This record gives sequence, C-alpha cells and structure tokens, in this order.
Amino acid sequence: MSATVQTGPATPAGPVSGLWPRRPLGDRAFQLLALLSGLLVLVILVLIAVTMSQQSTQWFTTAGWSGVFSADWDPTNNKFGAMSFVYGTAVVSVIAIAVAYPLSMGVSLLLNEVVPRRWAQPIVYVIDLLAVVPSVVWGLWGFAVFIPWLQTTIYPHVASAVNHIWILGNLFGPLNGNYVSGASFFTGGLVLAFMIVPIVTSLSREVMATVPGADKEGAYALGATRWEMIRGVVWPHSQTGIVGATLLGLGRAMGETIVVALVMGSSPTITSHLFTPGYAMPGVIANQFGEATVGEFRAALIGMGVLLFALTIVVNLTARAVVERNARRIRGSA
Amino acid sequence: MEQPEQDVVTQTVSTHLPKLETTVRATSQTPGTAIFEVKNVSIYYGAFKAVTDVSLPIYENEVTAFIGSSGSGKSTVLRAFNRMNDLVQGARVDGEMTYRGADLYGKDVSATAVRRRIGMVFQKPNPFPKSIYDNVAYGPRINGIRNKARLDEIVEKSLRRAALWDEVKNRLKQSGLALSGGQAQRLCIARTIAVEPDVVLMDEPASALDPIATLAVEDLIRELKQNYTIVIVTHNMQQATRISDRTAFFSVLTDSKNDTRTGVLVEHGPTQQIFEDPRDSRTQAYVTGRMG
Repeated sequence: MSATVQTGPATPAGPVSGLWPRRPLGDRAFQLLALLSGLLVLVILVLIAVTMSQQSTQWFTTAGWSGVFSADWDPTNNKFGAMSFVYGTAVVSVIAIAVAYPLSMGVSLLLNEVVPRRWAQPIVYVIDLLAVVPSVVWGLWGFAVFIPWLQTTIYPHVASAVNHIWILGNLFGPLNGNYVSGASFFTGGLVLAFMIVPIVTSLSREVMATVPGADKEGAYALGATRWEMIRGVVWPHSQTGIVGATLLGLGRAMGETIVVALVMGSSPTITSHLFTPGYAMPGVIANQFGEATVGEFRAALIGMGVLLFALTIVVNLTARAVVERNARRIRGSA
Repeated sequence: MEQPEQDVVTQTVSTHLPKLETTVRATSQTPGTAIFEVKNVSIYYGAFKAVTDVSLPIYENEVTAFIGSSGSGKSTVLRAFNRMNDLVQGARVDGEMTYRGADLYGKDVSATAVRRRIGMVFQKPNPFPKSIYDNVAYGPRINGIRNKARLDEIVEKSLRRAALWDEVKNRLKQSGLALSGGQAQRLCIARTIAVEPDVVLMDEPASALDPIATLAVEDLIRELKQNYTIVIVTHNMQQATRISDRTAFFSVLTDSKNDTRTGVLVEHGPTQQIFEDPRDSRTQAYVTGRMG
C-alpha cells in the first residue's frame, strides 16, 4: 500500500503532508459547547433529585413509609400522609387521558383523512392556539365559568340519572344522598383534558401523516371504506407514535399545577365519587408551600415533589418500553 | 429463511428455459367475452388532461399488458378500472367505462363495491404493518368473514395460489414487513386474491423486484390467468411478451402550440401482432427500441 503511494509520480518520497491539519477552531468550540450542554442537563437533573430528596428526608424519616402513604393530611397535628394527593393526581390524570385521547384521535383523523387540506389548515391554527393558552387562564376559566355551569346545569342531572346504577352510581352518583360539587376530580380531569388535547392532537396528527400513501391505497384497493382503511392501516402504523403522544400528554396532566390547584376543590379525600372535591399533588404544593415555612410540613411538601418526580419518570419509562415493544412487533423479528 | 430462497431459484430455472417458447406462443385470435368496454374515455386531473379518447376492450381470462413510455397515461387508465382515481382530488373521468355491461361510473355505483371485485397490486410492495396472516385476512374480514376456520382456509388458499405458502407457513404470525421484496409482493398478490376478485389490476408489479423475484411473479401471473382477468402495466417489453395475451400501446401526444401533453392509446391487439407486426409506426419504433 505504502509502496504504491511512494512510487506515484506526483508524490515525493517521505511522509505525506496535509493529512493531519488542525481542526478548525469553530469545530472544536462547537464540540465543547455540545458536550457541556449535554452534561449540564444531566447535572441539573441529578441535582434536582438529590437536593429535593435531601430537603425532604425529615418527612420520610419522621413519618416512615406508613405515615407517608397514609391518607391522613393534617398539618396542624403534624400528620402528613400523601396518599389522598397521590390518589387525586392519579384520578385526574386518568380522567384527562380518557377524555383527551378519543377527542384527539377524532380530531387528528378528521384533519388527516376527512377534511380537505385547505380547510384543515385553519382548524390546525385554532388547535395550536389552544396549546398556547397559559395554564392560569385555563384555571381561572375553569374556576369562574366552567365550575358554576357544571355545578348547576350538568352534574346534578347526571348524578340523579345514574344514582342507582351499578358502578356508574359509585362514580357519578351524589355523595351522601345529594352532594355534588362543581369543583371536583372530574372537573379537574376535564380542564386538564382540554389543555392536553392540542399537544396530543398535534403529535398524533404528525404521526398519522407519515402513514405511506401506498399502504392506504392498498387498503382502498381491497374495497375498504375510509373507516376500514383507518383501522387496518393508519392505526397499526401510528399506534406506537400515538402511545408516545398520549403518554406525553399524561406526563403534562400529572405535573400541571395551577389548574388542579384552582378547580379541584382542594380537599384531600379518597372517594370513588368523581363529582366531589379532591386534591392533587401539584395542587397542594402550590397552595400550601407559602405557609409551610419550617420543619416536617415543608419537608413533606418537598417530598411530595420528589414523589411526583418519581411518578413522572416511571410513566415515561413505561411509555418508552411500550413504544419500543410495539415498534419491534410491527417491524418484524429484525 | 434459506430453504424458501432455494425454492424460488428452482422455480426460476424452470421458467427461464421455455421463455422463447412463450414469446412466440400463438395467442388465441378469437377473444372471449369483453369484461371491460372502454369507449372514448378521457381522464383529467384538475385542468390537466392526462389521457385523451381511449377506447379498448379487455377480455375475460386474458392478460392484457399496457405498455408505453412514462406520462403516456397507462397507469391512469389502469386506475380508472377500479376507481382508484377517485382518491385523487380533482380527478375526473369522461366517456364510458363498463364492467360486465354496467357503467363503472354510474350514479349509484359504489367505489368500494367496485374495488372488492376489481383488485389491484401496486408497483411497490405495500404489506400492511400486520402479521402475514392478518395481511391476507384483511380483505375477507372487511367483507364480514369472522369465522376462524374459514379465514384459515382462505389465508392458506390465497398464499398457496400466490406461491408463498411454503415459505411462510411456519411464520404466519410474523410481521409482513419482515419479508423480502419479492415475498412481500407475492403477499400483496395473495392479499388481493383473498377477496376472490373478478379482475386483478397490476401496476408495474415487478419493477421494484430483482430479476429472480420478477420471474417468480411472472410465473404467478400466468398461473392466475386461469381464474382471473389480469390487466398489467409494465415498462418492461420483454415482460409484456412473456406474460400477456394482448397488448395496448400508449404514447405521449405533445401539442407544441399550447405546450400541453396528454396520453393516447396508439394501438391494441394480440401481443404477438403488436410486437411482430405493429400497424402504427410509433408502436414499431417503441417495440423495436428506437423510441421511448
């Protein structure tokens, strides 16, 4: 190899030059910048986890596991059980997803498969506008407009209609005979659903738009109707991405603070009745942190933050696992 | 994985030898019944006139090949037979197209019903992201067949007819996307014939395949002719002579004054005549390779 290089007429004998120039300054600077930014993200994440855990150790050591996961929240008597908040967060998140998922799927399919492109665009603008409404505006709207309306016009009728129906009565029936509240688990879930519909829709829409036209034609050529084509082709193709979009929405719903602080009624309760007030983890942190100046109260609220943090990480990891598994199954064995 | 490939090879060898014989095979000069009648059909995409004034019959249980250069409108005409053009915004068909005497574009004719009788295989293999079994069972299922035993039977029969059964029978649950190009195309053919169509339209079904897979698909087309009427668009003239009974030659007509182009049907007839004794000089130029 080296012999042929050296016998080349244009190459003088001896070592070749110019193969090892110094890399340009911009290259090296950019590499350093990229490396530092990447590390910074990791460092911030670890620092948050470590400092938050440190500041909350008092709660975990004093209350113990049974104390932390009890439903007894009574700061004046030094009872700091987080269970009703965990329950509240779980319930509103489930409601938010249960409402937002079908709504988002419907809108995405409508925009991608039904409405002609030039009419779809204005609808997309409106949906994207919803996404930039600040969460405090959603919260205020929920509190000042949505809650009174639900309390007087919707909930009492629904509650009395399902009162004696098995399961439905337990979920939507009135508590203790006639009690329903506008500020409730369900309202929290609904407002969160409205908040996450834009992001879930926008992500699912993009996923669905990547379904190859050839595959859709394949289904149509077999005599599929539009709906049959969607079920047979669009669905399996976009499943993975849609799961991702939905879980991203779920993550947002779980962490969203101001809405749950304003519209859930702020009452730490564990009940199956969704038309009654509840409380979620971000809500109690926002509402009570100002009063919690010292000691275990403060540690408990910070600890709640740690729990929430852990919960969102678990949801995210699960999401990734599900997405990976689906993708593998669809790609085939490879 | 290794075993099936062997299968394809042996198949290829057997078809490779009698190729000459098939090329000069005499076509029946007395055609059967016409399954499609195309009369003065022009097809538009918006303001663009893609094909102008096409008239031709398609005969039952024959393979009709559409040949011609790009832009000559052969695919457009093919896609008009099962109303796939309906899916393109602004597409419009003028003139008369009948299928077994019925107006394909009649007022109450449903495009989905048309497509259940007139299936289509595409240029690029397009298996759905589902298992091999579910790919084939997709059509029967949307036709309302739910019975497991019945579906099993249809899936096996269709895969056998598409000469794919032996290669996939042990991995029906695997994704259709894991198949090789040639296998995927045969899966698409199996999927198409699983709904028992009357006609199978093929839009350059082998152009994305390697030569061995191409010959396997061609073999299959000859097989399928027994039960189906086939219309195939191809860029490959050898392929047209190998598999078709009749050939229709399309060409581009350029109007330099208005700077417009449109596809026209130049000539159609028995394949042997089109290739050996074309009536039109443009056909002759094309089939002898002097043009297009």
